[in-house]
Amino acid sequence: MRKIAIYGKGGIGKSTTTQNTVAGLAEMGKQVMVVGCDPKADSTRLLLGGLAQKTVLDTLRDEGEDVELDEVLKPGFCNTRCVESGGPEPGVGCAGRGIITSINMLEQLGAYTPDLDYSFYDVLGDVVCGGFAMPIRDGKAEEIYIVVSGEMMAMYAANNICKGIVKFAETGKVRLGGLICNSRKCDFEKELIEALAERLGTQMIHFVPRDNIVQHAELNRKTVIEYAPTCAQADEYRSLARKIDQNKMFVVPKPLTMEELESLLVKYGLAA
Amino acid sequence: MPDTIPSAETVRDELIKVYPAKVGKKRAKHILVNDPANPPEIEANVRTIPGVITQRGCCYAGCKGVVMGPIKDMVHIVHGPVGCSYYAWMSRRNQAATGDGVQNYLNYAFTTDMQDEDIVFGGEKKLAQAVREAYATFKPKAIDIFSTCPVGLIGDDVHAVAKKMKEELGINVFGFSCEGYKGVSQSAGHHIANNGLFKHVVGETDVEIDHPFTINILGEYNIGGDAFEIERILERCGIKLVATFSGNVKYDDLAISHNAMLNVVMCHRSINYMAEMMQKKFGILWFKVNFIGADATAKSLRKIAQFYGDAALIERVETVIAEELAAIATVRSGVAGRLTGKKAMLFVGGSRAHHYQDLFSDVGMVTVTAGYEFAHRDDYESRRVIPAIKVDADSRNIEEIHVEADPARYAPTKTPEERAALEKAGFAFSDYDGMMSQMRKGTLVIDDISHIEMERLIQIYKPDIFCSGIKDKYVVEKMGVPCKQLHSYDYGGPYAGFKGAANFYHEIDRMISKRIWKMIVPPWKKTA
Repeated sequence: MRKIAIYGKGGIGKSTTTQNTVAGLAEMGKQVMVVGCDPKADSTRLLLGGLAQKTVLDTLRDEGEDVELDEVLKPGFCNTRCVESGGPEPGVGCAGRGIITSINMLEQLGAYTPDLDYSFYDVLGDVVCGGFAMPIRDGKAEEIYIVVSGEMMAMYAANNICKGIVKFAETGKVRLGGLICNSRKCDFEKELIEALAERLGTQMIHFVPRDNIVQHAELNRKTVIEYAPTCAQADEYRSLARKIDQNKMFVVPKPLTMEELESLLVKYGLAA
Repeated sequence: MPDTIPSAETVRDELIKVYPAKVGKKRAKHILVNDPANPPEIEANVRTIPGVITQRGCCYAGCKGVVMGPIKDMVHIVHGPVGCSYYAWMSRRNQAATGDGVQNYLNYAFTTDMQDEDIVFGGEKKLAQAVREAYATFKPKAIDIFSTCPVGLIGDDVHAVAKKMKEELGINVFGFSCEGYKGVSQSAGHHIANNGLFKHVVGETDVEIDHPFTINILGEYNIGGDAFEIERILERCGIKLVATFSGNVKYDDLAISHNAMLNVVMCHRSINYMAEMMQKKFGILWFKVNFIGADATAKSLRKIAQFYGDAALIERVETVIAEELAAIATVRSGVAGRLTGKKAMLFVGGSRAHHYQDLFSDVGMVTVTAGYEFAHRDDYESRRVIPAIKVDADSRNIEEIHVEADPARYAPTKTPEERAALEKAGFAFSDYDGMMSQMRKGTLVIDDISHIEMERLIQIYKPDIFCSGIKDKYVVEKMGVPCKQLHSYDYGGPYAGFKGAANFYHEIDRMISKRIWKMIVPPWKKTA
């Protein structure tokens, strides 16, 4: 089983990209589990056709010790298996600790079955504290893909996430599989991200163009692949899925210093 | 001392040389050769160096365990995992007198017993429920809440919960942000406790106390029943004790304590903030006393009597002192006959390492080296150095309350002229001369002693008794030296006042004269 975590700046499109990629893999006949690691519990919405999921932490709180796997693991599009970790409401408690608790619970419940080809962790925003690094600790996830765009803050975040990966790569098996550019239609975006990937010692595994169909699919609570299977954007996600499936390039990234990152941005951002 | 003991300077170098250079440089500032006339500047109340074994405790321990915990008719709820409450429960052996409908909850441990899900989802609701349940079951006078480390990390607002519950239940409920990780030792917790007690309790109830000689004792926590003995003596003298902070005390006593005429301070380190704030707000003068040791108790009583300046009181106090000293004279001289010249080492607390030197000197014993675990420079060098103490980031983290004179209730017992006259006659207010001024020239004074330093000192000085706490006790005894815990008194006490002093003479005589620890041959020294 390949264990993959998707990181990236908040609002960059991690959940959308993850679910569409998962849909692409599932179409290829792969057995995939998605574990949403965001307290908002919206990482499996498109695969399930809405927020139909009761989270692991809510179930744990309501049921106490007696949690059954089928209460928290729901089948989604193309037999994907969908889990939401869940967490506290904003401003309360500790969401990071919640992720640790919930992944441990999934392991105890036997969610990681041998027939799985992939498990995906969709992780909230930046790696803000120890809890959010949980999916890349202890060999939970071994491959990381970072969703990024040509916007400055997204690149800052990607670079920071790489620092986290370096830390855990020293003690574990986690490696960076590549950057996924989710286009914001910035100038020279593809070149910029390719250059960033090169400097980090990784690859831009795919450039996902911006297309309004994604928005339409979301409003219909579907992945693009399910909503408009024949459109060009669906093929982009299929292509991303295939590239991930065939990916052999796993590296310990070399994060940039602030100065290096800024000079890179200036070089491409002002090149026009 | 026999000539075989090397000079303090040599010992100091010996202690420091075991460390890596950088650590040794830091520790050197904590290890000083004393000069009582001109105490050298000691480094104190700074972070313990990682890697050394320290005696220190945490902020929560100082707030809940030391200052607030002994208040007997309040329910003290620890918001946190169960261990924080359980291991802070009764371990200091604070006692409380009951009877006459007096509530006492010291024999209960209250906790919210935080679980994984409370950490994840926040524990405020559970805390509110715990306060409700505690009130429903016990109907205490008041409830206070203590924050443990995880509470600070997840951001539970204990103060908001306390405020809400105060409105809901109609009793005083207040919280402390005394997470264990704050500050450099339990000292931070003392300060936080002082602030909370001052904000939420002191000054709550105005009363006229119909008595000419009213007093509060600050920094006496009734370990092993010390406060009972002090209460007994004050009653014999005809002095009205309003409140003790906080041994054997009731919430209502603390709420009216600002109506007393005088504050006397026992444990300067843990409670001096309160003395200062009460003086600023209510005009209550304070000075340092010590009821540990018969001679020290007599001296303290005389100073108290002198403060009120009443001839009949002064005479009565002298009578009490004479009778009490006479009652223990035989025990004292008998013990002194065996113990004179015996060597004690004290490494404990923020006051006790000083106070107990008086008890040892009652029976002719010598303190060869001493130091505090969590005191500040003023406890070593005297309060005169306070303006010169640099405020570091760790101290800045602890709230400093701004206090002003209460326009309606500021009522000094002495007029400025009366105070000046007393001071001219040598009477000191707001005083504490610190440990160093009382210790002999050339003795070693060591702050925040580390374990390896302790072992070396015992090897060098071969003391007849070592006084500290549970963390060192059994190691010391394995070295063949009896160890008296001065945090909890082991199983004994009281040791305060006159009868307490006699208890202590007996106890020390038993520990030193019986030599039981020297009779043990450890396995590694046995020949096969």
